[in-house]
Amino acid sequence: MTIIKIPTPLRPYTDGKQEVYVKGHTVGVAVRDLTDQYTGLRKHLFDDDGGLRPYVNIFLNHDDIRILGGEETPIKDGDLLMIVPSIAGGNAHQATIDPFHISFQAVRNLDSNAS
Amino acid sequence: MLHTHKEILDQIRTHAETHYPEEGAGFILGRASTDDRYVERILPIQNQFEFGDRHHRYLITPQDMIQSELEAEELGLVILGVFHSHPNHPAIPSEFDRERALPWFSYVITSVHQDGAQESRSWRLTDDRRFEEEEIMILPADKEIS
Repeated sequence: MTIIKIPTPLRPYTDGKQEVYVKGHTVGVAVRDLTDQYTGLRKHLFDDDGGLRPYVNIFLNHDDIRILGGEETPIKDGDLLMIVPSIAGGNAHQATIDPFHISFQAVRNLDSNAS
Repeated sequence: MLHTHKEILDQIRTHAETHYPEEGAGFILGRASTDDRYVERILPIQNQFEFGDRHHRYLITPQDMIQSELEAEELGLVILGVFHSHPNHPAIPSEFDRERALPWFSYVITSVHQDGAQESRSWRLTDDRRFEEEEIMILPADKEIS
């Protein structure tokens, strides 16, 4: 079993729980087990095509899964998963770039600073 | 309904003016009951969107989100939502705002122009991912938030 930490705005969909135990040997399977347990979460974590919404970041033991193996990243008992939203928005004009690219870069920069 | 003091709303408006013509953003912290939220303080966060696009975009990174949740817990508060400014635009969520919005959070948007901040309005995402306006109730200065 793996623990997933739930951020404040999603706790109304997990009956107020801050942590949920999930099953699965990869991050993707574990997150889908979470949405099977709490179906109201699904539309806020996944888009209509079944992909993670752009503001949804998953951390495995404090590392963004994008710098690991994405949803295919293997997990084992005792691992800690965290759902951490990026917060973004803005007025009506179109952005010239995807803000979550910046978020990913920030994670990579932090990672390289730490090493 | 979002309850707060005028002083807090003034801090949000000043933050919007200080960052004009870029968007400013941060978290609102406080306490929540079933239908009411009580904002006790704001936590300004640096807009991490790429320089050059900050006049119409803001970004708070996952790292800032983690740090802010820890700060809120230390204060015995929760993050109730996000405030941000719309320079030269109305205090109405854009489609870009809606696509990236989280449920439950209150989104306080302040319209700001060259001559200063104008109105601030609060919005919440519904379960079918539409925005609905949330009334902002200004508490009397001598009424403590409890």
